[in-house]
Amino acid sequence: MELGPIWRSILRNKGGYLLIALQIAVTMAIMVNSIAIMQERADEMARPSGIDEANIFTLSSDVFAPDVDQKSLIDEDLDALRNMPGVVNAVATNSFPLRQGGWSMGLQLEPGPEEDATGTAIYFVDEHGIDTFGTNLIDGENFTQNEVAWNDPEVGTWPPLGIITQALGEEMFPDEQGSFVGKTVYINDNDPIKIIGVVDRLQAPWKGWTGVERSMLVPQRREGSDRYVIRTEPGMRDQLMPEVEELLATRSEDRIIRSVATMDDTRRLAYIGDAAMIKLLTFIIILLTTITGLGIVGLASFSVTRRTRQIGIRRALGATRPAIVRYFMIENFIVSTVGIVVGGILAVALNVFMVQAFALTPLAWYVIPIAMIALWIVGQVAVAGPARKASNVSPAIATRSI
Amino acid sequence: MFRYYLKLGLLSIRANPALSALMVAAIAIGIGACMTIVTVRHVMSDDPISHKSDQLFHVQVDSWSPDEPYNEPNEAPEQLTYMDAKALHDAGRAYRQVVSFKSGRVVQPDGEDERPFRVDARATTNEFFAMFDVPFAYGSAWDRAADLAEERVVVLSWEINEQLYGGEDSVGRMLTLNGETYRIAGVLEYWNPVPKFYDLNNNPYEESERLYFPFSLGISSETGSSGNTNCWKPVGDGGYEAFLASECVWIQMWVELRSEDEKQAYMQFLNAYVEEQKTVGRFARPLNNHLRDVVEWMDNREVVEDDVNVLLGLAVLFLVVCLLNTIGLLLAKVMRRARDISLRRALGASKMTLFAQYIIEAGMIGVAGGLLGIGATWAGLRGIENLYIEYDFIQHLVRMDWSMVMLAVVLAVISALAAALYPTWRACNITPASQLRIQ
Repeated sequence: MELGPIWRSILRNKGGYLLIALQIAVTMAIMVNSIAIMQERADEMARPSGIDEANIFTLSSDVFAPDVDQKSLIDEDLDALRNMPGVVNAVATNSFPLRQGGWSMGLQLEPGPEEDATGTAIYFVDEHGIDTFGTNLIDGENFTQNEVAWNDPEVGTWPPLGIITQALGEEMFPDEQGSFVGKTVYINDNDPIKIIGVVDRLQAPWKGWTGVERSMLVPQRREGSDRYVIRTEPGMRDQLMPEVEELLATRSEDRIIRSVATMDDTRRLAYIGDAAMIKLLTFIIILLTTITGLGIVGLASFSVTRRTRQIGIRRALGATRPAIVRYFMIENFIVSTVGIVVGGILAVALNVFMVQAFALTPLAWYVIPIAMIALWIVGQVAVAGPARKASNVSPAIATRSI
Repeated sequence: MFRYYLKLGLLSIRANPALSALMVAAIAIGIGACMTIVTVRHVMSDDPISHKSDQLFHVQVDSWSPDEPYNEPNEAPEQLTYMDAKALHDAGRAYRQVVSFKSGRVVQPDGEDERPFRVDARATTNEFFAMFDVPFAYGSAWDRAADLAEERVVVLSWEINEQLYGGEDSVGRMLTLNGETYRIAGVLEYWNPVPKFYDLNNNPYEESERLYFPFSLGISSETGSSGNTNCWKPVGDGGYEAFLASECVWIQMWVELRSEDEKQAYMQFLNAYVEEQKTVGRFARPLNNHLRDVVEWMDNREVVEDDVNVLLGLAVLFLVVCLLNTIGLLLAKVMRRARDISLRRALGASKMTLFAQYIIEAGMIGVAGGLLGIGATWAGLRGIENLYIEYDFIQHLVRMDWSMVMLAVVLAVISALAAALYPTWRACNITPASQLRIQ
């Protein structure tokens, strides 16, 4: 290999090569950090909500007229919905996963205002809640009909029972090896809640919350808990949505039905910023690689033109065409390697800064070798054209004096 | 001479069309990426009421739990309890004061076939409009008497007046909201400050409410907030009455103070209020009251999302790559013309002349890149709009104004000149006649 002569020739013209190396380095730093961010977002978006998203749609029923018997209205609505062909189950609740708005409370291990509390999302449901959401009860029991009561607005005390997510149990009782069922936690400082069941997964309504896996089902029906969650047979959702909306709209003139949305839509809206970020960063990476690639093509072409005579002389002295191609490929490889090594350091430094400034997840180690290989390939592909052109220089050039 | 250099530059650019195009494109794309993000960020953090933002103060008193701060390390709650909001407002110690909260109302249009629909509404005291310079198309705000009497009056936004009355002067007409009849007191002109500085609790970029009605009426109709409500202490039994008497924070308060003296006097008043409340067993935390003006409040609430700052950083680095690219190409170009340059030097051209010539050539590439960059920025903004198309507020964030257009061109020219410096310097230092011998 002719590494020595190539290296020395690079050193004779440092400025130009240093610029490409720097360009590759900064490209690498951007690329690595963009990939790290994309990966973080993609992981967040891939988290399951724990509910049967494909077959669920939701809507709001806003009672606006004064003096309406909301309890009977909700009861009759739910009866009608549950008896509709194609509907698996339905429930009236205050919120649902990915909605981005809801009710949170602190749970304590001991009663009293000074105790530390663990935040959890609250879903008020009746005994149909678990089946409607389609989450799995992995321990204990569901609420029975008798355990579910209407809330009295004048009374501030909480119902004494709850069903929690596995994640909430693990957060509150980190040392517990057995079951969370039967344990008592305290809400609202002093009200005891006995855990009667555990579901494997049911996300809180806020996707950006660090405690997003913590939620609790509370057996209570509330006037103003006006969000209906409806789960259909597979494939029936899109057909049933307008039918349900029409049915509910005609059932009462004292309310409006709004925000009818599939869980797919709700999920897309919740993650719209993350999806956009992934698309923007992908676009940035593609543009950046293209520009860097084209820059390498431009510079290599220059250097070929400038060295036409030298190439001719080498050819005349017996260098083969592949030897000429190899010269430019190796030259690019050396410059790329310098750029990539510096780029790796820059990338890590930038990542450390971003982790501190924006609380991002640190990048995974394997992103760096991936980016290195990608940039090596880009460099080699970019230089291939000019190198071929160089190999076509005729040895006769050497005999001409310009 | 300048025109001659322009001509030379054009010739040189034309001599290498592919290369020149690459340089122009690289600058344009770099500028486009940067300016897209800068524009969005500029709109996001813009002072929406710049002529008086330093006289409007968001009021915070720390009524939170003795055991822990509202937010680490020691942030006071953003909002007030009803008790404090009412007491501070009714004391009337500022030039103007407003307490308000966001809620919803169902509008029932008069027509037979028209379906009722829900809109965001704001329960507010009457000085809201004067304080925030909200422009009226017809009518005016209600007066303090209407606030005190819990009168059923409403101010409509421009949008909903358009929708219900086709934009006519609807002042004095009756409108049914939640089954009750309200008299229309005024209609606003189009008013959607970005960010929605007066209530940053939920989405700082959402549009303003469609209806405004007296705060007292919101309370007497037992309306809760559709924004945030946070409590550290159990509300206890007793329904809405108990909620009003609770330590839950859910009301926003702003005051208008015209001078530093007024501000200090008001701060003293706030501190005295808290001290007095301490004697009845409330406000267990150390004194932690704040009066933050509009810009300070937006900074405190971090209205510019982290994502935008991350993207801005990456976009600036992107521009750096584009510039390195341009420097490399310009350098290669100069080196190829080394013979040419040394000949000119030998014939008597000074370094200054050469410098002027090459800088002008680079400047032309910069201007071309900048102009194209404006186009790229426009395309970038349309791209962002499309990515967020389901957010109806996105249209407010992707607007380009003249200051941004100018910035794009200036940035492009500065970038191109900066990129040209090193190659030009190298060109000037080519020694006369050095390249004239046969290789």
